[in-house]
Amino acid sequence: MSFLIQAKNLSVSRQNKSILENVSLSIKKKDFITIIGPNGAGKSVLLDCLMGSFIPDRGEIIKENNLCIGYIPQNFVPENSMPICVERFLTLKKKCTTLELNKISKETNITGILKKNLSNLSGGELQKVLLTRSLLNEPELLILDEPAQNLDIKNQLNFYNLLNRIYENRKLSILMVSHDLHMVMSSTKQVVCLYHHVCCSGEPQTVAKDPEFISLFGNDMAEMMSVYQHTHNHSHQEIIND
Amino acid sequence: MIEPFLIRAIIAGIGVAIIAGAVGCFVVWRKMAYFGDSLAHSALLGVALGLVMGISTNIGTIIICSTFAIILIWLQQKKFLATDTLLGILAHSALSVGMVVLSLLERSIDLHSYLFGDILAVNLLEIYFIIFGGSFVLLFLYFNWASFVLMTIDEKLARAEGINVFVNQLLIMLIMTVVVAVSFKIVGLLLITSLLIIPAASARQLASSPELMAIISSGLAVLAVIIGIFSSLHLDTPSGPSIVVASALIFVTISLFSFILRKNN
Repeated sequence: MSFLIQAKNLSVSRQNKSILENVSLSIKKKDFITIIGPNGAGKSVLLDCLMGSFIPDRGEIIKENNLCIGYIPQNFVPENSMPICVERFLTLKKKCTTLELNKISKETNITGILKKNLSNLSGGELQKVLLTRSLLNEPELLILDEPAQNLDIKNQLNFYNLLNRIYENRKLSILMVSHDLHMVMSSTKQVVCLYHHVCCSGEPQTVAKDPEFISLFGNDMAEMMSVYQHTHNHSHQEIIND
Repeated sequence: MIEPFLIRAIIAGIGVAIIAGAVGCFVVWRKMAYFGDSLAHSALLGVALGLVMGISTNIGTIIICSTFAIILIWLQQKKFLATDTLLGILAHSALSVGMVVLSLLERSIDLHSYLFGDILAVNLLEIYFIIFGGSFVLLFLYFNWASFVLMTIDEKLARAEGINVFVNQLLIMLIMTVVVAVSFKIVGLLLITSLLIIPAASARQLASSPELMAIISSGLAVLAVIIGIFSSLHLDTPSGPSIVVASALIFVTISLFSFILRKNN
């Protein structure tokens, strides 16, 4: 049993409204799990519970000792009134050597913008900077909360390609919340569909056929997901023949 | 020959300028200008408390301002009114209660000096307060600097990296309380916010890092206080407003220069 982190029967309710009901989730080494679900489904609360910044009403979180987690928050907007360059932001409250910083900056392709002011970055650059910060100190698990939410299609594609490259080159697991289903389908190995409880989980293809998924996202979305899965398998012929 | 009262005024002014300049950066970054203003308004009630109980007005101010901050946080969590509405209610109620209590005291009080400051009348005890309170503020800023900055950039990121955001927010409010308590004699309750935000806003245009912004901000605040004291002395103008005018002139000058520089580049 080599779980990095495991959530057991988490329940959270606020003002008589249930946010999470008996949610269990376990992340093993080299997992790439994406959580999907409608707005207000409790995705961010689940991430907060896993990171220990929110204590669930019931249930427990079991972590591997000294598990190092890298995190990318949702809706990151730097404050324009604070002058701070990328390099200083990356090392703020982090113990890391210049060597490590340079190595990871090369990996995420941000060496050219290290001296730039944080509030002058484009959306794509900003997400790469956040990814770099989350990779410092050799994390075993990356937790990303809608990392490509505010990016245009081209930047989304670049970001997910970079994420895939990092996933392949490193020994790490990824847990991501994302609405970019077309991207999710082509890269994720496992999808968890959350709507207060875990509706269904498994490979993207299986999830797309699940009745609960179809009732949540509608038939169109389910079909779209299956199509993307096909494309991923490089079986374009099949789609035409269908 | 420099008069002793002038030396006291300069020491007090420089002390207050250094801490207000540095703390002011957080007021600008965290958009707490209205909070600072409200805190300062409630300080008048603190003055009244100090006079009624026969303790120092600085201590009265610290008690009332901390209570104010705690009530505000508690009401904020209830989320039934927007923060600026809550601040407006609390600040002006506290100011008015303070005025009413002061008028009931039947003692001759120089209200003007509380509202607009009288740096030339600062006594030795108040200088001790500034030095003691100022060291407390600077030490807290120094040891929590990285946490405060990271939390200001993004609270969720800070929380995920193990920073207790709630406690740090309380600390920043406590620090502002101390700043208000030690500096209302210098620029007055109504003008404290300007001493906090104008130097910081000026420094923003010159600085390239958060630390540098705090240092430049403190330096500009010191400059404004010294210009203010001497112009107040020579032109016989009220000291608090003179300091703020000096600060505003510095802001305008720096803004013009950086505008021209940017245009030429």
